[in-house]
Amino acid sequence: MATTDSATTNQMISGADILVQALVRNGIETIFAYPGGASMPLHQALLRNKEDLRTILPRHEQGGGFAAQGYARSTGGVGVCMATSGPGATNLVTAIADAKLDSIPLIAISGQVGTPVIGTDAFQETPIVEVCRGITKHHYLLTDVNDIARVVKEAIHIATTGRPGPVLIDVPKDVQLDSCVPDWDVEFSLPGYRAGVATEPADEQINQVAAAIKHAKRPVIYAGGGIIAAEASEQLRELVHKTGIPITMTLMGLGSFPNAEQLSMDMLGMHGAVYANHAVRDCDLLIALGVRFDDRVTGKVSAFAKDAKIVHIDIDPSELNKNKPAHIPIVSDLKLALNKLLPLVEYKDDIDGWREQCQQDKAANPYKYDEGFDGILQQHAIRELSNLTQEMETFITVGVGQHQMWSAQFYQFTRPRSWHSSSGLGTMGFGLPAAMGVQAAHPNALVVDIDGDGSFQMNIQELAACYCEKLPVKVLLLNNQHLGMVVQWEDRFMHGNRAHTYLGPIDDAEAAGKGSGPFAVERYPDFVQIAKGYGCGAASVSKKTDLVDALREMISYDGPFVLDVEVPYQEHVLPMIPSGATVDDMITE
Amino acid sequence: MRHVISALVQNVPGVLAHISGMLASRGFNINSLAVGPTENDDLSRMTFVVVGDNQVLEQVSKQLEKIVTVVRVIDISTQEYVERDLMLIGVQAETGEKRSEIRELVEIFRGKIVDVGAEQVMIEISGREGKVQAFVDRMRPFGIIELVRTGKIAMVRHGRTNGNTDTESDDG
Repeated sequence: MATTDSATTNQMISGADILVQALVRNGIETIFAYPGGASMPLHQALLRNKEDLRTILPRHEQGGGFAAQGYARSTGGVGVCMATSGPGATNLVTAIADAKLDSIPLIAISGQVGTPVIGTDAFQETPIVEVCRGITKHHYLLTDVNDIARVVKEAIHIATTGRPGPVLIDVPKDVQLDSCVPDWDVEFSLPGYRAGVATEPADEQINQVAAAIKHAKRPVIYAGGGIIAAEASEQLRELVHKTGIPITMTLMGLGSFPNAEQLSMDMLGMHGAVYANHAVRDCDLLIALGVRFDDRVTGKVSAFAKDAKIVHIDIDPSELNKNKPAHIPIVSDLKLALNKLLPLVEYKDDIDGWREQCQQDKAANPYKYDEGFDGILQQHAIRELSNLTQEMETFITVGVGQHQMWSAQFYQFTRPRSWHSSSGLGTMGFGLPAAMGVQAAHPNALVVDIDGDGSFQMNIQELAACYCEKLPVKVLLLNNQHLGMVVQWEDRFMHGNRAHTYLGPIDDAEAAGKGSGPFAVERYPDFVQIAKGYGCGAASVSKKTDLVDALREMISYDGPFVLDVEVPYQEHVLPMIPSGATVDDMITE
Repeated sequence: MRHVISALVQNVPGVLAHISGMLASRGFNINSLAVGPTENDDLSRMTFVVVGDNQVLEQVSKQLEKIVTVVRVIDISTQEYVERDLMLIGVQAETGEKRSEIRELVEIFRGKIVDVGAEQVMIEISGREGKVQAFVDRMRPFGIIELVRTGKIAMVRHGRTNGNTDTESDDG
């Protein structure tokens, strides 16, 4: 990383330059930034620092926010996005809230109107710090150019340590234009922030966990995003291999343990595997690692792992005893905790029967779909993509809805940080911009956004950024012309009444729920033409026999590519535990 | 159950908004909230009275501690402490018998009459919440015109620890 010589020359530089150079000095190499009136000085500074910091222009600030998330999620580093004041800043809000719920280290920088006019309802003024208080880990409104170097340093520190999260820096235009001699070695001013030092568990607590494991007859590991955030996948794998305890993962935890291994019980929860949910129901010890007992995982929380002793290790003290009381609650960095635990455990040869029970359940109740279907089912397309890309360095992003759940079920993950889903907030439109950010961080990898036609259209404009910034993202578009997950709920719980869940013209029969056949009568919009309009490669496929060739064409295309796959709209994601219900209410047909 | 929580916070703009926003958005039931400066210019002290069981209290404390500008959180009510609430109260008091009666009550409660009008008086009174409340009840028949209270503030006791959490005779 190159640095400037201003520190040695005591040169006055502008606030905008200080901010940008502070990013560079703190290791930031890429920023997703969309300019506007109140952030123009910052963009001029970005231009001056282009050798050290790549600026990628998204086509919507939300796209920039999610691209920064994709960058952060796939690298483990911090993602940075920037927007102007007012609408630019509010367009970042969804990506910030999303980063908060999924604990993603994100720095969001917004321009702000000049300090003399703050509070006067000036042009493009919003009190973005006020808006974002509850959805950021921390936030700053800069009012003094002398604070910039410290604030950037602090923001990155806060975003990346402890439980990661988004930090907002709001920079008024006059502060960007003001100048001073920056003090790059300034100390933090964070008397209330203790997460900067990784928390270690007490020996006594880890001994308790080891004892619980030793005495358990039916133990299960329940691993989540905390494992990935802590870079503890390796330790997790060792724990599973060393003890022989079956493991299930949350949506955020996918990739922490390879799906293909025998002890993987795959995903649990609302659309998790039958055998995963059974294992948690029947276990006598639940080892919860970096998870938060989210309602999409637990269903009715009082019935979740009802008879089990619960070990809960998390870096965030407020997660312990929040949704479900733990018998052994431990506040700790997961890597440190597992490293301490590993020498204390040994292979559990006394649970052969339990392992056998899990294996039998897994064999009897696999994720399944109608393999004889005359056409391409969503699950089939994902499985074929998975098969074709296993040997490549592949990253998968998704939107939100049925395609997201099927991707979680049918793609075989092997590496942490290879799967990216807006899991907590469930933001449609996440997939394409996130893929763009992943690709920026991994230029030579295959990055596939498995998307639905609803989600895709929420940030479809980023095809332009992918094309213009030379980010060869692939989109596997599972196009059923509907908002499939809502359709599924309509079918299951609302007598199949279609309430604004058809994405074609309102006079089509499907709009009223009166369509015939498994496919929508019309294909709207023409995604191939749209993609080509943006300069991307594109193709459409509807015959099952053409699928693999079409996937190969997509994968090998030199540049961004959209593969529009015609899929039926009456397919449901199964199994399903209805909201607030228990594993025994699981729908499998 | 009522708990008194004391939080030491960085004296920066927005910290009160951040904390009250967090408490509101997570649905915590706060009975009172008092904020003021401390012996250190960089720090302010917030005193909350929280209603809830131990689990609620645990979450309130942990969520407060997560806020970057919150330096320290203590559940004062687990220790011996002194608590005070300051009130200004305007009461209808025509000259004559009523006014004398009020003066007498003010004296008993160790309050002060701080403003006298033709038809009303303003009284300053401080003490434990229960005492302040009792005084309000005594004044009600006279007609309360206006009332303002600071909310509870509290500090852990380091002197006598005779099991008595407070003595009104400490009042100044």
